[in-house]
Amino acid sequence: MTARVAAPIASVASALLLSGCASFYEVTIESPIQAKLDVAAYQRVLVAGFVTGGSDDVDANLETVRLLRSQLRTKSGIRVIEADILPLADIAQEQARASGAAAAEAGGDQPGVPQEFPRIRDDKDLAAYEGIFANVNYWKKLGEEYQNPLIVTGTVRFTPHQRSGFVTREQEVYDQLGRRRVVPVRTYMERKGYILRPKFVFIDGRTGTTLYSESFREEILYNASQNTPALSSYFELMDRLVPNFLNTLSTQKIRGTRVLLK
Amino acid sequence: MRRFPLLVAAIVVLVLGVASPVAADARKDAKDQVEFGIAVARKGLWKEAIYRWQRAVEIDPTYAAAFNNLAIGYEQQGAFEKARQAYEKAVALEPDNLLIRQNYDLFKEVNDRSSRSTDR
Repeated sequence: MTARVAAPIASVASALLLSGCASFYEVTIESPIQAKLDVAAYQRVLVAGFVTGGSDDVDANLETVRLLRSQLRTKSGIRVIEADILPLADIAQEQARASGAAAAEAGGDQPGVPQEFPRIRDDKDLAAYEGIFANVNYWKKLGEEYQNPLIVTGTVRFTPHQRSGFVTREQEVYDQLGRRRVVPVRTYMERKGYILRPKFVFIDGRTGTTLYSESFREEILYNASQNTPALSSYFELMDRLVPNFLNTLSTQKIRGTRVLLK
Repeated sequence: MRRFPLLVAAIVVLVLGVASPVAADARKDAKDQVEFGIAVARKGLWKEAIYRWQRAVEIDPTYAAAFNNLAIGYEQQGAFEKARQAYEKAVALEPDNLLIRQNYDLFKEVNDRSSRSTDR
């Protein structure tokens, strides 16, 4: 974010400086963004696990839990519970099958419970697993096991993506006198990358009910010839939305640069 | 009756003659407040800076730079609604000022991040 807007500011600032006008001052500010959720009632947080889908190149459940735990440990005041990571997709399937079997035993047919769970590729596939977040008894039981913490769970889809089209990129050109200029050039490019779609669900470990949920979407594209490891892309995309995740639980300060004028 | 236009012209000249120095004085006073505000803001004393810039916009409500600085001060304090109003005023007063626009764009980016789509 900062880099994208810092360049124009710097260019305007240097232009003004060169013109001999110094009627402005660049300052760094830290804007406090209030926490979205009041977590005063919880002393501890359990990042339980995630239902994940998409690329096989990254274990999104393992990586997301590890990353969020480490971020919460260093950037929030709440204590993080170290526990085994739950294979939430498997648990969701078991729960759905169990409730389907119970309904069949009772003589009825429970609609909406699939016999075979699909491999998670899109939102439709993911919908089959969403029932687990509404299973109040399951989360309450898990909460009791860990002395009623705030539970963080949800879904993460990390999918490969490719797109082709015209993009504008900067190109260096030199004139007859050898002076360097940078000019925008539109070129047709094949690009590939990833889309990260996490949904964070915050559950009250005392009651098992969902307190809050928030969905994000981040995308990154590289030149098709560039070989970027999936894990690097995953962390690059998570880096963009982690401050927003942390802001759900604690007040965060966003640093930025502004220009004061005379 | 023929003297009436002359009288009006004389009044206009008189008013302009008095008003211009008054406006200039207001801008000078406001500018002093703005400069003091900048000096203290650079030392991290943002509340004092905000107070100075508030005084500046009271003295001269057409001073775009004062509104710009006030908006930055509010932003630093987390008063985003006030910051938005001050930025909008600054942009309205000087729509071609690139630095004010850049500040406002940055503010909007931070503010949008904090209020991005949520579902409960």
